[in-house]
Amino acid sequence: MNAVISVSNPLLRITDLRVDFGSHTALRDVSFDLFAGETLGLVGESGSGKSTLARAILRLVRSSHGSVVWRGRDLLSCDSRELRALRRDLQIVFQDPLASLNPRMTVGEAIAEPLCIFEGALNARERTGRVAAMLERVGLTAHMISRFPHEFSGGQCQRIGIARAMILSPKLLVCDEPVSSLDVSIQGQIVNLLLDLQRDVGTAMIFISHNLAVVRHLSHRILVMYAGRLVEIAPRDALFAAPIHPYSRALLAAVPSPTPVSRTVQASAAPVEASSSQPVTTGCAFRGRCAYAVAVCAITIPPLEEMTPGHWAACHRGRELPASGLGTFRGC
Amino acid sequence: MTPLLSIEEVSVSFSQHKRSIAAVRQVSLAVAARECVGIVGESGSGKTQVFMAVMGLLAANARADGSVRFEGHDILATAPEHLNRVRGSKLTMIFQDPMTSLTPHLKIGTQLAEVLVCHAGKSWSEARIAARRMLERVRVPEPIRRLNQYPHELSGGLRQRVMIGMSLLCDPMLVIADEPTTALDVTVQAQIIELLRAMREEVGTALVLISHDLAVVAGLADRILVMYAGRIVESATAVELFRHAQHPYTAELLKCIPSLSSPRLERLPTLAGQPPQPGDSLPGCMFAPRCSRAAERCRVERPLLAPTVGIARHVACHYPLPP
Repeated sequence: MNAVISVSNPLLRITDLRVDFGSHTALRDVSFDLFAGETLGLVGESGSGKSTLARAILRLVRSSHGSVVWRGRDLLSCDSRELRALRRDLQIVFQDPLASLNPRMTVGEAIAEPLCIFEGALNARERTGRVAAMLERVGLTAHMISRFPHEFSGGQCQRIGIARAMILSPKLLVCDEPVSSLDVSIQGQIVNLLLDLQRDVGTAMIFISHNLAVVRHLSHRILVMYAGRLVEIAPRDALFAAPIHPYSRALLAAVPSPTPVSRTVQASAAPVEASSSQPVTTGCAFRGRCAYAVAVCAITIPPLEEMTPGHWAACHRGRELPASGLGTFRGC
Repeated sequence: MTPLLSIEEVSVSFSQHKRSIAAVRQVSLAVAARECVGIVGESGSGKTQVFMAVMGLLAANARADGSVRFEGHDILATAPEHLNRVRGSKLTMIFQDPMTSLTPHLKIGTQLAEVLVCHAGKSWSEARIAARRMLERVRVPEPIRRLNQYPHELSGGLRQRVMIGMSLLCDPMLVIADEPTTALDVTVQAQIIELLRAMREEVGTALVLISHDLAVVAGLADRILVMYAGRIVESATAVELFRHAQHPYTAELLKCIPSLSSPRLERLPTLAGQPPQPGDSLPGCMFAPRCSRAAERCRVERPLLAPTVGIARHVACHYPLPP
């Protein structure tokens, strides 16, 4: 977590990004910067556009508007040859560790594939050496190199996915819910591995998760998404100590605390689910569930504004709402 | 008082490639009327399979031994057609995925009413009225509109409310909820936990809550059983378990849960090693290879679930953690 973050030039600058699936807009007006070595945590409920954003950045889905500028080059306007060369530095780890590995490739072949594509000068022995070293680095053993994915547990498959993503020492690693399908006892191992690799290589990370406690653990800054928009961007400690957007507040308050003492705290905090499934076309998308909504919330979409230095929120009432009572350590 | 559900020495094994793989090994437990029992364990610990055996829903290649008694019926010895007199009415189950557990081509109203027509002998018109009332009770907004919708038109949270409503239609004595919030978002999860709590208070049914998430169970259960490798390794009241876990596995598991209510750490605490695969077998304690307290005895002699301090406390460990 002590990676040096350069604040001058962003590694990645996303401006007004929009993704449409047919008539459905999955992502709109998304703008933010990512700096070298930084970890951005991306949270929000299912359908809020987290994975779409991750995929749009890597051009795995087509964006209909906006730009994704990677070290001065717009990925969205690159031709396929240029994109392929740039993707060497842009890697992704998926949620389902087994489904993201080819069942007919050995683990060694899967991890060696990026080397075959980008480091063609290596001979077979050098390649095997690199793969074996990477296997050891992610906590597996070199003799597993000729085994197939089905011979591994979920946690081990995720280590293999991480090895494949990290073998080229990318500058950006996107992790889309990498620990969500793993048991609690394994989650910590994978998160610690990602942190170690980041420290060694200096990779920037976009870490998507619905588990706020995990996100808090490894992020420098946190982005909160709701209904396809960014509703809050804040440094980690600021978000957990003093969330501004009512949705962020509800999200933090809804996290069950692993102790039977705080039952009443959890009970009072949950917001009501929207009573109608009609899509919201004007105003703030959260207003139907928001305890603080006023007339203006139904008319204009709140822009993302800087409320305190570095802490942005998209709420008409962001400056006047009382500080939420969560404090730094909730439930203690 | 006789318990509502008593499970004695139940083992479940699956035959695969002419090999028998044990998923549950000699599990005994009891659930009293109106009680909420939480079952916690990692994937493969056998927590779901115990209750699939109770419901008579095991896969075709599975075999259950032991005895399951519910309200005087010996469930494992009962033929399915007789089992259906209690199953679905007095004994019901809520599943993890509310999309796949509702029939996609039937309207919500039809699916709910069908339960009452089949199990309570009601007419379709009576059953529809009862279905609407149930949707109101489980706080589904616009219940009349929902009755005429198909499952895919509802959000995950609403579908799980419908499932909970369905499980309560015949005034069950025991509801088994298997990971009822795992597929849901955290804000919706909080609402469903709250609904289950309210339903327990209003209806007074006993509830078995199966989850991999100790935090979800903490909010609801009176008593918690921790499973590891097909066996119960610890049993305690929820308050006792969180105050002082005696089995090293429980203690490690509690430490591993990243929490917003504790200070942020540089590294997440982890449990070393891999969880055992179904079918793995050791002569001693199954947790010994991952346990920092394990001694020679743990590798050769299997610890039995034995009472420790207090009436509801049991732990299967040769060297339980001191208070």
